[in-house]
Amino acid sequence: MTPESDYGPGLLAPYRVLDLTDGRGLLCGKMLADLGADVVQVEPPGGSPARNVGPFYHDTPGAERSLFWWAYCANKRGITLDIATDDGAALLRRLVANADFLIESGDPGRMASLGLGYPDLQAINPRLVMVSITAFGQDGPYADYQASDIVGMALGGFMHLTGDGDRPPLRVSMPQFYQHGGAAGAAAAMIAHTHRQLTGEGQHVDVSCQQAVARTLAHAPQYWDLEQTILRRMGAYRESAGGTFTRINWPCKDGYVNFQPGGGTAGAARSVRSMLAWMTEEGMGSPELDAVNWEELGYGTARAEIMEQTVAAVAPFFMTHTRNELADGALERRILLFPVATPSDILAHRQLAARDYYDRIDHEDIGETVTYPGHFVKDMQDAKRVGIRRRAPHVGEHNREILGGELGLNDRDLARLTELGVI
Amino acid sequence: MSILPLEGLKVLDFCWVAVGPMTTKYLSEYGATVLRVESAKRPETLRRAGPFAGGQSGINRSGYFANYNANKYGLSIDMGHPKAPELILRIAEWADVVTENFTPGTLERWGLGYDELSRVNPRIVLFSASMLGRGGPMQTQPGFGAVLSSLAGYTNIIGWPDRGPVNPYGAYTDFVCPKFAVAAILAAVDRQRATGCGTHLDMSQLETSLHFGGPMLLDAAVNGREPELVGNRHPAASPHGAYPCAPELHSARGEPVEPSFDQLRMSGGVNTGETDRWITIAVFTDQQWAALRDEMAADGVTDAQSGEFRTFRVRKAHEDKLDGIIAGWTANHDRHELMRRLQAAGVPAGVVNDTRDLFEDAQLQHRNHFTWLDHPEMGPYATDYTESHLSATPGRLDRPAPLLGQDTEHALREIVGLSEAEYRELEEAGALE
Repeated sequence: MTPESDYGPGLLAPYRVLDLTDGRGLLCGKMLADLGADVVQVEPPGGSPARNVGPFYHDTPGAERSLFWWAYCANKRGITLDIATDDGAALLRRLVANADFLIESGDPGRMASLGLGYPDLQAINPRLVMVSITAFGQDGPYADYQASDIVGMALGGFMHLTGDGDRPPLRVSMPQFYQHGGAAGAAAAMIAHTHRQLTGEGQHVDVSCQQAVARTLAHAPQYWDLEQTILRRMGAYRESAGGTFTRINWPCKDGYVNFQPGGGTAGAARSVRSMLAWMTEEGMGSPELDAVNWEELGYGTARAEIMEQTVAAVAPFFMTHTRNELADGALERRILLFPVATPSDILAHRQLAARDYYDRIDHEDIGETVTYPGHFVKDMQDAKRVGIRRRAPHVGEHNREILGGELGLNDRDLARLTELGVI
Repeated sequence: MSILPLEGLKVLDFCWVAVGPMTTKYLSEYGATVLRVESAKRPETLRRAGPFAGGQSGINRSGYFANYNANKYGLSIDMGHPKAPELILRIAEWADVVTENFTPGTLERWGLGYDELSRVNPRIVLFSASMLGRGGPMQTQPGFGAVLSSLAGYTNIIGWPDRGPVNPYGAYTDFVCPKFAVAAILAAVDRQRATGCGTHLDMSQLETSLHFGGPMLLDAAVNGREPELVGNRHPAASPHGAYPCAPELHSARGEPVEPSFDQLRMSGGVNTGETDRWITIAVFTDQQWAALRDEMAADGVTDAQSGEFRTFRVRKAHEDKLDGIIAGWTANHDRHELMRRLQAAGVPAGVVNDTRDLFEDAQLQHRNHFTWLDHPEMGPYATDYTESHLSATPGRLDRPAPLLGQDTEHALREIVGLSEAEYRELEEAGALE
């Protein structure tokens, strides 16, 4: 047994990850890096296409200025390597020999065409866990389809249920599709890792982002399977079953809040009763709603007439308060209500501050300290085991450290590879 | 049959509603032994939430519950009973991992916090998830993913500029977090196996969900940007949106579409199933634009050939007009046919699948996305299969979600190892209800 102090500072400190993903799937390696793994991002010479994805630092595009890159490559080191060349592929194979994980997001068949498919890499390192993140999976009728975020969110079933009923379906206007696949890839990598640590057997993990999105739809697919009901998008409302729905989003004095009136356990009935009591305190009560037996209604549901009465009574009350007043009152009264927060609200949120959530990372290259979302899970025994430790790498920043220091290439080798365009 | 990768991992599971049970479903799907503790006295919320098999409600008939609890063992323990804490500590000696997503402080009130659990089992990994995490001024704020999406910044960026924001469907953050949770739990298990040390992992659903919006938060932090509602527009693509398609005469399987009276009634009398048809199109490059333009021209739609759409910059300037031309074209087409045609031409395009379409989607069928389990009360029901196919040790869903309390005796005696006398004593004392 290894003494805990020798195991390293992060939960996954002993493990090395080679991350070949482009803009698709970067989150997978980022999650393993946040958990403490040594993640090496492998980019083509000149830099990853993900460096062209906005937004950009001070709105000026540039390889070292993509905030998308900063967000999803923080904690990683970076090397450049053209794996489509013989020299590049050979160097990658040498790195694979000592790696625990390899993550990639190329079109299906690309790695195999370079002689770097799973069977090729397994021959070098049978313990390797290789994770392939693609829109639809490695094979099947859509395997060669091109998918951007909106295409994936549509085929995954999310969009049909999101938006106003009288308008086209909507996506979330920041990309979600490949994030779901990336996060699923990290979970699956750890499942395969758990098996490998016991048996020594590595394997190939084939992730479908479309499926990852289809799993986010709560009970909507089951409504079709069991009750032959196709749930619809309803704007501010949410349909929870045929004929029952709940208003979720409400305007208030200075913006919007989310409030879920409905029945059932899990504090929902108590939440509605607290809201009604608050309204009564301020002279805007509703005896009709006080008389409703909320405890007996199903989870998150209310009949149409009750919902109409609720909207008639609650909506004017919300218009007399700001979203912060409503959020503070909700906390005091245990009401299921949250403000519709803007990014600056989120950056200033007192609970996140109290939990020391944000990590302030030194960007010595531009002489600034930048605020990052921190631990995605908090290790209560040692908070330093999960979180952000370093900024994203510059193009080829760790070539010398890794290709020189670890693979033993000397200055002349590195110069030759640079000249050949391999690194 | 191949062995499962998490075989031998022992989980004592207090999770309820969505985020927790979906997390432990990944564990049970890949072979962990998951003992799911419930109470007959206070059945978990999801057991009372629709849909129900055949539309008939019942404590063992919820499809919502059944989906997320497949492969688990169901135990009924009355946590308010004086003998319950001692029993839980006994199970914790057996377990490698304890999972829970109660309001912070609940386990501690039962005398079952991390300190007590690790006293009986120093190796224990306790995983806790809550809305806003432990500690801080808002740790006891109640909530669901359905409303937390707003605090996590999603609602603020979904909607049309001439209207207000709308929520992402469902309890969205509940479905972002489980993938992070599984990775973290197994990282702690790895350390546990190597060092013999346990730990307590505390997940705030808010903090985890913010990682899907990292670039947006950085944009606010370094550029001071506040996002606006943009519908389906994209700063780097044009055209980019969802466009109407023709009503369908045939389903994806080629069968004639004739909505039944029941379907019409269930959808409130509106035949949304056949008229709410859309295709998404996303053009990021000039090459993709040329391909799309040629496809339209082949159908005699030549308006898009105009110079005002030639470059990205000018397409952006005339985007409303361009969207109108495209919508006029797509509205005459079957969405599946158009998707295949545009994909073949190199244009990213995909139909908007509704929930019935998901069951008929050719790719999801190829991946066996839905697996049917035979449930003693519900009959066959669909549960969703993992998105990650493991080549050597694929996941397996082979046991339906438990009836309330169905495995109490089997789990306590055969799996945890209580003697018959111990078990009978608990049963007679009324602790197993």
